[in-house]
Amino acid sequence: MYKLDITHAPDSGGHFGRFGGRFAAETLMQPLKEIETAFFEAWQDEAFQAERLDLLKNYVGRATPLYHAKQLTAASGGAQIYLKREDLTHTGAHKINNTIGQGLLARRMGKKRVIAETGAGQHGVATATVAALFGMHCDIYMGREDMARQMPNVLRMRLLGANVIPVDSGTATLKDAVNEALRNWVASCEDTFYIFGTAAGPHPYPLLVRQFHTVIGQEARAQILKQAGRLPDVAVACVGGGSNAMGLLHPFRDDESVRLVAVEAAGLGLDSGKHAASLAAGKAGILHGNLTFLLEDDEGQVQGTHSISAGLDYPGVGPELAYMLEQGRLELDAATDDEALEALQLLTRSEGIIPALESSHAIAAGVRIAKTMSADQIVLINLSGRGDKDMNTVFKHLGWMEDGS
Amino acid sequence: MSALSAPTTHSRLADVFESCKQQQRSALVSYLTAGDPDFNTSKELLLALAEQSDILEIGMPFSDPMADGPVIQAASERALAAGTHIADVFKLTASVRAAHPDLAIVLMGYANVPYAIGFDDFAARAKEAGADAVLIVDIPPEEGHICDTALKTHGLDRILLLSPTSTDERIQLACDYASGFIYYVSLTGITGADMGDMQSIHQKVDHIKSICGELPVCVGFGVKTPAQAAQVASFADGVVVGSHFVSHITDARNKADIRAALSASASSMRKAVGV
Repeated sequence: MYKLDITHAPDSGGHFGRFGGRFAAETLMQPLKEIETAFFEAWQDEAFQAERLDLLKNYVGRATPLYHAKQLTAASGGAQIYLKREDLTHTGAHKINNTIGQGLLARRMGKKRVIAETGAGQHGVATATVAALFGMHCDIYMGREDMARQMPNVLRMRLLGANVIPVDSGTATLKDAVNEALRNWVASCEDTFYIFGTAAGPHPYPLLVRQFHTVIGQEARAQILKQAGRLPDVAVACVGGGSNAMGLLHPFRDDESVRLVAVEAAGLGLDSGKHAASLAAGKAGILHGNLTFLLEDDEGQVQGTHSISAGLDYPGVGPELAYMLEQGRLELDAATDDEALEALQLLTRSEGIIPALESSHAIAAGVRIAKTMSADQIVLINLSGRGDKDMNTVFKHLGWMEDGS
Repeated sequence: MSALSAPTTHSRLADVFESCKQQQRSALVSYLTAGDPDFNTSKELLLALAEQSDILEIGMPFSDPMADGPVIQAASERALAAGTHIADVFKLTASVRAAHPDLAIVLMGYANVPYAIGFDDFAARAKEAGADAVLIVDIPPEEGHICDTALKTHGLDRILLLSPTSTDERIQLACDYASGFIYYVSLTGITGADMGDMQSIHQKVDHIKSICGELPVCVGFGVKTPAQAAQVASFADGVVVGSHFVSHITDARNKADIRAALSASASSMRKAVGV
């Protein structure tokens, strides 16, 4: 049985220190309050939790393995590297943990339609999957640029019966998909549930998404204690909005000996201005319903971001991660596009596991950290998703031809 | 949280509503985005629109206008592409103020722009430019702690929104916090969408007035025709026209045409609210 109590909860307004909150248009205030109420009721409801845990086990395939990557460890020449295999979940990424939870909540609230934003398409696929499972109408908002670089996921969503709506406004990437989903939700909140994909947005989404993903860290914590007899020295996760990071890191927050590392997308380099590192290079601002670190200019105009991975290509970050950083409980790291590509190949060749480009950022930083440590130490890395969806991008960057020559 | 009292000095907004009441008509509340399509044209259009309006809402362009429909989104994009800065918003406000001493001016936009330059600095500059009030779409009463002190210190009214989804508890909360007027969003949707059922809008406005007492209630989102404006004017203290005016900029083949079309449109709206 999983722990049902909520630790490190925000205040009643959804604030984590000065971050978070509910900076939403008036029309959405009451629907958000209703989701908050429904979530707290459901979280205490044994029947809800039993159904959720049953689906996580028998539909998603949890618990996911914790894998001691001995070849990757040997290649790194330092600490023992363990991988939390979220890539082995149904649909191929951690995102399904959250969509199962929010999908059940939507059904409990009597909503017949779900909408979602998606960047890499993993959250869109996970939402479309749950909509198919529960027989709900599903509309997915996706930036047109992201659709082009993640076409396999677009096709999967359509096959699952979802309607994929291209977003052309702004930069045509994840932030604009969120804007468009919010605009639709304002007009449809009566019968529609917005399945938000990351641990950001207006309260209660950061809390709700965190709670539905903490299963990752809870499993990993129990597994490492069983396999290695001790806690890891470092836990590492990539960060776009922060869903897989909060999922892995949150259950280790009170383990003071465990360093928690968030790896942001450094794109072409933090000095290039072409990256998505909002914790490292952003400043406090208000976007998409919460106060958090944002990549913006001096007058609050949100900037376009760059990352090779569509899932990290977001100018904000979850408010709780911003809070943990200011509290000194989070260490920052970053990996460039090139480092992520190298890490993808390293893990593929050494272990026969093809990671998602997002997760490859965590692998890159995790390996770099492991190199500086001794062989009796442990680095735990969240392998948040598998790389099938990224093959076209990878082939292009490696200069391979489409016909395989 | 504690409710804020209205500014101690008699506000221009209060004067506007008092004067409209005496003339037995509603106020025309007009919106344009500052800097759209460029600084000079925007100045000319704001001045022209001010001629016909009781209250002018000047939009502060933002990269991510989440509550706006395609027309005002495009206005924000045009203004930013033309290089509009917050300093330009204040300059345009000051120009309108200089020409129209009795007009009430509301700066409207999203939280991140004033937050980035600091609410105190923002409020001081807005007041100096001649603004009377501020409407920030994504700062509900619950998050007012980030701006209320600054706005109060500089004597700016804070306009709050209510919508069809607002419960009685939320209506009470908004009325406790707001000063100047309440902006009732007539539909569950974004700016520029089709107007909801007029009878239910009328009922909700009456209901809000029964809770809010003296605070004026203006109705906006979706008012596109003089006929709609006249209907809304029959039960609301003010009629907000936004996307419809902005669409003259969107539709214009050349900049010279915009002013004439906008003035004609504003004139017919002004007549409609006077019925």
